[in-house]
Amino acid sequence: MGTDIRDAKGRPRVAITGCGVVTSLGRGKADNWAAITAGRSGIRHISRFPTDGLRTTIAGTVDFLNVNPYSAPALTIAMATAAAEEALAEAGLARAQTFPGPLYLATPPAELEWPQRKQLWDEMSASDLQGYRRLLAAAREHAHADMASLFQFGSVADHLADKFATRGLPVSVSTACASGATAIQLGVEAIRRGQTQAALCIGADSSVQIEALIRFILLSALSTRNEPPEKASRPFSKDRDGFVMAEGAGALVLEEYASAKARGAEILGFVRGCGEKADDYHRTRSKPDGTAIIGAIRNALADAVIEPGEIDYVNAHGTSTPENDKMEYQSLRAVLGVHLSDTPVSSNKSMIGHTLSAAGAIEAVFSLLAIRTGTLPPTINFDVPDPEIPLDVVPNKARQAAVATVLSNSFGFGGQNVTLALGAP
Amino acid sequence: MPQPRTEAWITGIGLVSSLGEGLEQHWQRLGSHASPSVAVEEVRYAPYPVHPLVPLDFSKQIPKTSDQRQMERWQRIGVYAAGLALADAGILGKPEFLDNVDLAIAAGNGERDLALDTSILESAGRSGAPGADLNRQLMAGLRPTLYLGQLSNLLAGNISIVHKATGSSRTFKGEEMAGVAALEDAVKRITSDQSDLMLAGAALNAERQDLLLNLELGGALLQGCYRPVWARGKVGGGMVPGSIGVFLVLESPRHAIARGARPYARVSTISATRSHRAPGQAASAAQELFEAIAPSIDSVHPLGVLSGVSGVEPVTHEEATFLDGLARFDLHSVVRAYGSVLGHGVEAHFISGIALAALALSKGSFFAPFQGTESEAIGEQRQVLVTAFGHWRGEALGLVEAVAAGTP
Repeated sequence: MGTDIRDAKGRPRVAITGCGVVTSLGRGKADNWAAITAGRSGIRHISRFPTDGLRTTIAGTVDFLNVNPYSAPALTIAMATAAAEEALAEAGLARAQTFPGPLYLATPPAELEWPQRKQLWDEMSASDLQGYRRLLAAAREHAHADMASLFQFGSVADHLADKFATRGLPVSVSTACASGATAIQLGVEAIRRGQTQAALCIGADSSVQIEALIRFILLSALSTRNEPPEKASRPFSKDRDGFVMAEGAGALVLEEYASAKARGAEILGFVRGCGEKADDYHRTRSKPDGTAIIGAIRNALADAVIEPGEIDYVNAHGTSTPENDKMEYQSLRAVLGVHLSDTPVSSNKSMIGHTLSAAGAIEAVFSLLAIRTGTLPPTINFDVPDPEIPLDVVPNKARQAAVATVLSNSFGFGGQNVTLALGAP
Repeated sequence: MPQPRTEAWITGIGLVSSLGEGLEQHWQRLGSHASPSVAVEEVRYAPYPVHPLVPLDFSKQIPKTSDQRQMERWQRIGVYAAGLALADAGILGKPEFLDNVDLAIAAGNGERDLALDTSILESAGRSGAPGADLNRQLMAGLRPTLYLGQLSNLLAGNISIVHKATGSSRTFKGEEMAGVAALEDAVKRITSDQSDLMLAGAALNAERQDLLLNLELGGALLQGCYRPVWARGKVGGGMVPGSIGVFLVLESPRHAIARGARPYARVSTISATRSHRAPGQAASAAQELFEAIAPSIDSVHPLGVLSGVSGVEPVTHEEATFLDGLARFDLHSVVRAYGSVLGHGVEAHFISGIALAALALSKGSFFAPFQGTESEAIGEQRQVLVTAFGHWRGEALGLVEAVAAGTP
């Protein structure tokens, strides 16, 4: 059985001592939670690049951090830095010279974008070389260290490891739209096996770029309900038509409970368990019987040693795609059974959109805020209930409730499913 | 550091490269009896030499053409090597094991559509409305499935779909250190009882201009004729990328013994750090890592060293300094820079070194010199050190050891 400092399985308990967040609703927990609990949306028309001729022209962009010169990785770094600074300040570690543990970072794909490709092409305007031979000649003949450093896969983690002086090798992870939750899981596992007493876990994503937007449009994954933008994301509604791409970052300081207590840190909550399960059905769709999603949720409950009846609130993956929301409901019903009818399940993606690689981390922060403030974030734009999804989605208005235990779901393309179980101190 | 609860055995290996398919072909080309030769393509991507993948019939591991169509070549290489590893471990096609296999994979991004990129760049200067034109061209030209070929985590996704390995799955990123992080995750989860059965690996398709472009932006490629790794410094250094697919099945002894599986070797240490790369820092960072391992190095047998050195300067010089410094530890080391024969596998490089280490230990022998300046092997190696100095960031060491007969 568990003790004060060990869980029911005899492992060190993992405390959350700081968290921070950036979304299209603003920088920091205070602004975000005020907007979320007021049911306000951060979705807007994309102004970053021309959207002429596109079926989707809206997103939850982060446009207020003044990143200059702008690039996707530079924005990822800026958002992750802002979220981590807030988390470290709350944990009382902001003044420390070094962070006493490793960095686990969930990041989006890193690749050259069109402005850089065009720049390379134009550098060789006198050349008659064709295609990539011309780009390669530009790379060979001019210095591009800055460009290279932004588009190497490990570079965002490298910047953040320098900034926060984390220990050892920073780890960058991708499980698509479950990445943020995976970064947290990596920290939990490292603490449980005694490898470290603390971990800085961050998820960040700045994917609102022309090509990524068009790729998701071509996969028919996005809402095309552009007018008005704030009404587009409608998880669990019968008239939902796709997700809304969005940006943001979430950061958590995880600590071994015993050592956090010893240094007098305030304990904000616990990560009680993590569950994951890979799907083998399809690259973008989950198994029709939901077994992989069900497996992830069950594994989280088993890992946390929690019974279905103990769950007070589910922070859903709830993307607003026809497929996800139905599958998520059916899977929750399979695991929580009769308890589901008494369990509120809401999606903050109705307000901030789908922050992709960052979602699991951002939503863990919001789940923790639900515990700490006793407020359930609403699912906004819930105007047309779907009879196939009879859920208490906390429709349209935030609600007061005592919340001690939360499940947070994250599911990604490629069959990656992760569920976190968070608990009150 | 806590004591590990158990060991991490390697019970299956899948390896494909420019040298062949499977372990035996690699041993034939590289083993103690061999005169190692390389397979290099110097014309197609000139001025950059690359090591091209040996021809493979992908349908042997990926029977459905619909699956193959949804993958780019790096994913096919990886799924193929993963299948070899699962088959080698005796669990391919056995759902009772596959449903518990946890994946730890290292990956970059997938391939781009070079023809589409080219046509967009060629027309870009001629447009009065460049933004709208770019949108139109991308909408018309991008294939939806290509996106799935590009996502880092879709190598893992395709392994789950094709081979039904569905315990859990994580994809690590960050060039050479992605491979280190993936293997470290696998080994630590096994040795701390967080998993019984892991599939760890990576794949690189070196034969693509978009990959070469990313590497050349950092000035990381060797230009001109192929030459072995230690001979590149005098021409400015650089890596020769090699197409590689490599996967390992890692398992706890309890789990392996219960199903009658035999180990190639065990991975006893993976340790990693990140220096800032001022002169001397990478060498001393690696030396610090080695000092922590040194007490467990057996002084009776010579230490095999599989150096993952890339040829990129100045870090190749740093690694040479570190390797020279091993003499101070009262041990006899025999060094092989396996990038000279396989090429540099970036994300796949470190795990390839671990695979070769396990192969040599299972043969009770070491590799022939990969370049004239490397010394002949003497005696029997019982331990092999694998080094990873990232071409721009990260230093790591792995120690692979023979499993004593009759263990445990």
